[in-house]
Amino acid sequence: MTSRRNFLKGCLAGGAAAASVVLPETACARDTLQRPPEGLGLLYDATLCVGCQACVAACKQVNENPAEFSAVDKLWDTPLDTTGHTFNLIKMYRHGTMETKDAEQNGFSFMKTSCMHCADPSCVSACPVSAMTKDPVTGVVGYDPDACIGCRYCVAACPFGIPKYQYDSPTGKIGKCELCRHRHKDGHYSACAEVCPTGATLFGRTEDLLAEAKRRLALKPGEWTTIPRGRLRHAQEKVLAGGEDGKGQKHRHGWRDEPDQSYQAQVGNYLQHVYGETEYGGTQVLKLSAVNFQKAGMPDLPPKSSAATSETIQHTLYGGLIMPLAVLAGLTWVAKRNVVPEDQEKKGDQS
Amino acid sequence: MSAHHPAAPVGGKLFNTATLICGVLIAAMIAVLFVRFIFGLGAVTNLNDGYPWGIWVIFDVIIGSAFACGGFSVAMLVYIFNRGHYHPLVRPALLASLFGYTLAGVGVLFDLGRWWNFWHILWPGYANPNSVMFEVAVCISAYITVMWIEFSPVFMEQWGLKVQKQKLEKVLFFFIALGTLLPMMHQSSLGTMLVVMGPQVNPLWQTPIVPLLYLLSAITIGYGIVLFESCVAASAYRREIEMHLLQPMAKIMLGVLAAFLAVRFGDLVVRGALGHALKPSLEAFFFWLEMACFIAPFAIVGTPAGRRNPARLFVAGVAIMFGGVLLRVNGFLIGYDTGLGVDHGWNYFPSVAEMLVTLGMFALEVLGYIIITRRFPVLPRVEAAH
Repeated sequence: MTSRRNFLKGCLAGGAAAASVVLPETACARDTLQRPPEGLGLLYDATLCVGCQACVAACKQVNENPAEFSAVDKLWDTPLDTTGHTFNLIKMYRHGTMETKDAEQNGFSFMKTSCMHCADPSCVSACPVSAMTKDPVTGVVGYDPDACIGCRYCVAACPFGIPKYQYDSPTGKIGKCELCRHRHKDGHYSACAEVCPTGATLFGRTEDLLAEAKRRLALKPGEWTTIPRGRLRHAQEKVLAGGEDGKGQKHRHGWRDEPDQSYQAQVGNYLQHVYGETEYGGTQVLKLSAVNFQKAGMPDLPPKSSAATSETIQHTLYGGLIMPLAVLAGLTWVAKRNVVPEDQEKKGDQS
Repeated sequence: MSAHHPAAPVGGKLFNTATLICGVLIAAMIAVLFVRFIFGLGAVTNLNDGYPWGIWVIFDVIIGSAFACGGFSVAMLVYIFNRGHYHPLVRPALLASLFGYTLAGVGVLFDLGRWWNFWHILWPGYANPNSVMFEVAVCISAYITVMWIEFSPVFMEQWGLKVQKQKLEKVLFFFIALGTLLPMMHQSSLGTMLVVMGPQVNPLWQTPIVPLLYLLSAITIGYGIVLFESCVAASAYRREIEMHLLQPMAKIMLGVLAAFLAVRFGDLVVRGALGHALKPSLEAFFFWLEMACFIAPFAIVGTPAGRRNPARLFVAGVAIMFGGVLLRVNGFLIGYDTGLGVDHGWNYFPSVAEMLVTLGMFALEVLGYIIITRRFPVLPRVEAAH
């Protein structure tokens, strides 16, 4: 009898444990995080890009990354993909005769590959040691090699394939774009946008960049319009040559003074889609293209971030350790009845 | 621990063909690891930007720890479901688990690119409670400690520490409860690790109920491993197989396996993901291979007559182990695609050096098992065994 009763108790404890695994998601649901209001990012417009790779060279320089060779003669930097030593790359879409720029049929186009600085990054959620962090103000997804254990869960988690590990070194780090955050204190912004000759890569607040992207989508293809280059200014921000107070080089908003570089260009034949506006909960790097984004190498992603799903499951099960402690209490109670020390076991014969 | 089936050292020589082979494999592993730590992961592994995790993570840690669930599964049967007559199986199962987990913990260090920082994962200020891997690391570390405590009466018996053993046994129930809870937590979380990878994982293996699938499969693998180990130990040490225990345990194993399959298929149907299994793809092929391994035990030991045959019990155990391997390899490697349909030209197959390390770890486990069972009271005492 004792045995049967204890068996049933065991079933109860086991059932509670199993139930804790499948509890409804709503208990501790964690919504997809939103972009911070002052979040910084880039707007890449594939129709303006000429594929010169100036941004790739500038990125290498400011991040002190070595050249990587894919050609036999090793004359210049020719990475085929982003790596632990290449944080930014312009890739090419090509089809048929490649006659027309920004055409899917018999055409070609470009696509920038670098960190998207997600609103709700998988790498930050995955990292067990907080080496990947999202700045609460700028939203930059940064990496701290001194915290990193090199588990490469961030590499596996990122749907854009961005964080990359340096396998060629015994002390390899993770390499990824950090939006040149190490240059921000001197008033410099992302080197790729600084050097872009056509304004295809534009730096700014993501909210401003999103408005600029939507402005371009609303225009008629072929029409002439003003295209800013370098850093996109706030709507209210005035252009002041020589610095705001006439002495320093930096404005109150922190960015180095530079002359207005905008120019007149023709509006591209855009797809009506700002890539990154909603993908995976939104990203701070936004993209415009005339060629299908998937064909150009950008994954098709749902609006919900995987970080939200993962953390909802984890916090439902382990939030405040309530569930594990409850199950432990049940298991302890059952085990106390069933575990008989050896000397007592010899006296009372059990099952 | 049980009065009815006292455990005893098997005895015999420690130096023989089996231990010699283990020694050679361990030496090869040490040589590879030497190169790995001097020149980096790229020098010995085929890991790349598209496949950051290879067999050192998926076999040595994720599968290695699932294979080490024998101790958990049997202890749960004996102490939680109060099936005391399975007691003789507890110590050998616990020993295998102890080795499996301890080596999985050590194996992680070989794969960590910045291993000198490993302690950050348990350090407040660095640790990230939102990370599934953090939860896995904490639970596995705690479980390894708990298992050494659960197993320590074996050493105390051998070294005559009676007072200490009595004191420990008074509180052992708590460690047994903890030793049941912790594997439930991290074996399920090992599956949850897939969730943050999102659509990069094929819908056949990417599901919000993946923790339940990994937990149920780990429990069945635990019983499968006990069948496997009991048969191998009996054959290697020329002892009788504990058929009277393995037969009913196999029946329990089938019960948990049926629950697993019901959840597995139910989930695929509810999510509408079954269509992916009907496409002519590598993923679909491996899915059905996985299913075949999980369904085969019903054909092999589904009947009482089948369960009376030790060879069938052995094969059923092996089938479940293969199913468990496939569930994990499929989710983390076969069904994983960084490119998300965009072909980056990435592929992965382990290098010989990587395989040598995995083999070396396995050899270390076998060697440890042989030494401890020959010198410490783990296996049930058998009269006139030799």
